[in-house]
Amino acid sequence: MTDMAPTSSSAKSWDSDETRANLKRRHRSEKRFRVLGLTAIFIALTLLAILIISIAGKGATAFIQTTISLDVTFAEQKIDPKGTRDQEVLRGASYGSLVREALRAEFPEVKSRKDLRVLFNLVSNGSPNKLRKMVMENPELIGQTVRVQFAASDDIDMFTKGYIPRDVPEDDRRVKDKEIAWYDQLAEKGMVETRFNSDFFTSGDSREPEIAGIWGAIVGSFYTLFITFMISFPVGVMSAIYLEEFAPKNKFTDIVEVNINNLAAVPSIVFGLLGLALFLNVAHLPRSAPVVGGLTLALMTLPTIIIAARASIRAIPDSIRDAALGLGASRQQMVFHHVLPLSMPGIMTGTIIGLSQALGETAPLLMIGMVAFIVDIPGGVTDPATVLPVQIFLWADSPERAFVEKTSGAIIVLLGFLVFMNAVAVMLRKKFERRW
Amino acid sequence: MQMLAEVDTPVENEEKAIISARDVSVFYGDKQALNKVSLEIPVNKITSLIGPSGCGKSTFLRCLNRMNDTVEGCRVEGKILLDGADIYDAKVDEVLLRARVGMVFQKPNPFPKSIYDNVAYGPRIHGLAHNKDELDDIVLTSLEKAGLLKEVRDRLNSTGTGLSGGQQQRLCIARALAVQPDIILMDEPCSALDPIATAKVEELIEELRENYTIIIVTHSMQQAARISQKTAFFHLGEIVEVGDTEQLFTSPKDERTQGYITGRFG
Ligand SMILES: Nc1ncnc2c1ncn2[C@@H]1O[C@H](COP(=O)(O)OP(=O)(O)OP(=O)(O)O)[C@@H](O)[C@H]1O
Ligand SMILES: [Mg+2]
Repeated sequence: MTDMAPTSSSAKSWDSDETRANLKRRHRSEKRFRVLGLTAIFIALTLLAILIISIAGKGATAFIQTTISLDVTFAEQKIDPKGTRDQEVLRGASYGSLVREALRAEFPEVKSRKDLRVLFNLVSNGSPNKLRKMVMENPELIGQTVRVQFAASDDIDMFTKGYIPRDVPEDDRRVKDKEIAWYDQLAEKGMVETRFNSDFFTSGDSREPEIAGIWGAIVGSFYTLFITFMISFPVGVMSAIYLEEFAPKNKFTDIVEVNINNLAAVPSIVFGLLGLALFLNVAHLPRSAPVVGGLTLALMTLPTIIIAARASIRAIPDSIRDAALGLGASRQQMVFHHVLPLSMPGIMTGTIIGLSQALGETAPLLMIGMVAFIVDIPGGVTDPATVLPVQIFLWADSPERAFVEKTSGAIIVLLGFLVFMNAVAVMLRKKFERRW
Repeated sequence: MQMLAEVDTPVENEEKAIISARDVSVFYGDKQALNKVSLEIPVNKITSLIGPSGCGKSTFLRCLNRMNDTVEGCRVEGKILLDGADIYDAKVDEVLLRARVGMVFQKPNPFPKSIYDNVAYGPRIHGLAHNKDELDDIVLTSLEKAGLLKEVRDRLNSTGTGLSGGQQQRLCIARALAVQPDIILMDEPCSALDPIATAKVEELIEELRENYTIIIVTHSMQQAARISQKTAFFHLGEIVEVGDTEQLFTSPKDERTQGYITGRFG
């Protein structure tokens, strides 16, 4: 190898057995590497497919809802005996009895109190609320008999969807034979239907799985991310600009740099503790509110944004800076007219990735009390709220069988948002990709 | 002081120096890149700086518009007088200085914006135009002076980076002209160009001499000989020889100059 022999012998050596063996070995190793790479990708894709299939399989039914239609008589005597149509009176009326009357009318033969209680449980506990809303919105209904579509109770819903099979012994079944008989009767009359579960997307959380929805969590997530963005984006970008373009390179900035990188590696729950200590115990901001969640997640997102922004600012070639400075632009003009606009796609990509991390974050929010059970849709950043991943956590923790599909359904929605955000990031990158 | 007086007195136009560097030393950290360089730059002439790689030509050039200020750890000693005033004086605003002393770089570096915006950028930040018409006027005359207008007239709004290398370099020259500088520094402006584009740029530089003072760094002896009136030969951070281009190329006094221009080292 080391001998610098005359050209004739070195030319001959290209055809020697040794070279050929060497070549063969190299090809083999190349092939081996390629196979290993393909295997790794295959394993990763398989795991991803298993995850998606299992979640989609479990969660698909969350988007379908079993309903039972009943003829409800909006008796004036029950709702508004004095005929005042006063909102308070309408609100206070006992709509539960209307639902019970409707069911009783459907099954006049059921008499015993125990059976009646079971019968009333065919429809959701949220049904009286639905009637209240209908009447409050349209008092004309009073005195009429109208067919109303109620959500079936969670057990009936599970039964319809086949999660509770008919053929297991009655004792092991949450839906008893009697209920099945009633159910079949209703079904025969065409009063049982399955339809797209729009409630899932429009209502807040509930103790009753059949009427629990994720809208509250989506709105909470939106407010939280909004706060996160409003804090971490300007602060992160400004820090990055200062560190890259203005700060002198010395010990101090070195320390800052190292600490920002360390901060990015801090477990998120620690940020939760920081948020608890800072925003709740010192600043006394409202508990469970998106403003606190957003601030806490902003702390967590900040290093990600700073690092991404610095990288994309650094990627702008110095020739652009020279060009601007050479024309007599000040440093600030150079940054804001050229460097920042050019690095914006990269910064946005980093920001979106940081925000999608924040969107999926649960642990720090548990620390600041965003884990409370909240029914109302939050109307602002200071209202108590929950967020999508915490909602998933809460539902996954619930004992009812029906919450299993809700959990998976919410995961699908969350993943949908994440995929969407990442797609936007990729699109931004593609669209503004630049060759110098 | 004596030199200053000389600058101020209206001597023969030939001798009038617009920039005079006095004992300029430049350090990058501990490393000295220039050692007591003194040079007079005559007004409305082309001065070329030649010398082997790493001898400090770019460093000297970048001192003249204080672009070295942007380099971390760079220190400049000595005096550089522009019209008799020291440009390294604390009172001097380097932003205004750079408007007066424009620069064209080795590699064409148009902004990734439209051709129009490239040229309009300088006038915009310095407020040279008061309305759209004035700005249009500046842009068009600058492109015209840079000999580019004919080629780009119908695509002023397409991006500057889409031009050919030679066109890009002329765009950069137009961009520098738009700020209406007195002096233009050029650091190997043709090193990335083919001979035809080089010829065009050289022609342009010669035309610009009427209204501007030009200092050009070049590695091409022929280029220096063709276009410049004064030449300074740098070697290891010092000026070895400086004089009329013709005299320096035909009868160099120093044997290092002799060696360099005849290609024996460099
Ligand atoms: N930013 C810098 N930091 C440290 N040293 C530098 C820097 N820029 C230049 N130098 C050094 O200063 C010396 C002069 O460099 P300069 O760029 O002025 O050379 P030059 O004559 O322009 O060479 P060339 O013809 O190759 O462009 C060189 O030794 C170089 O290594
Ligand atoms: Mg150079």
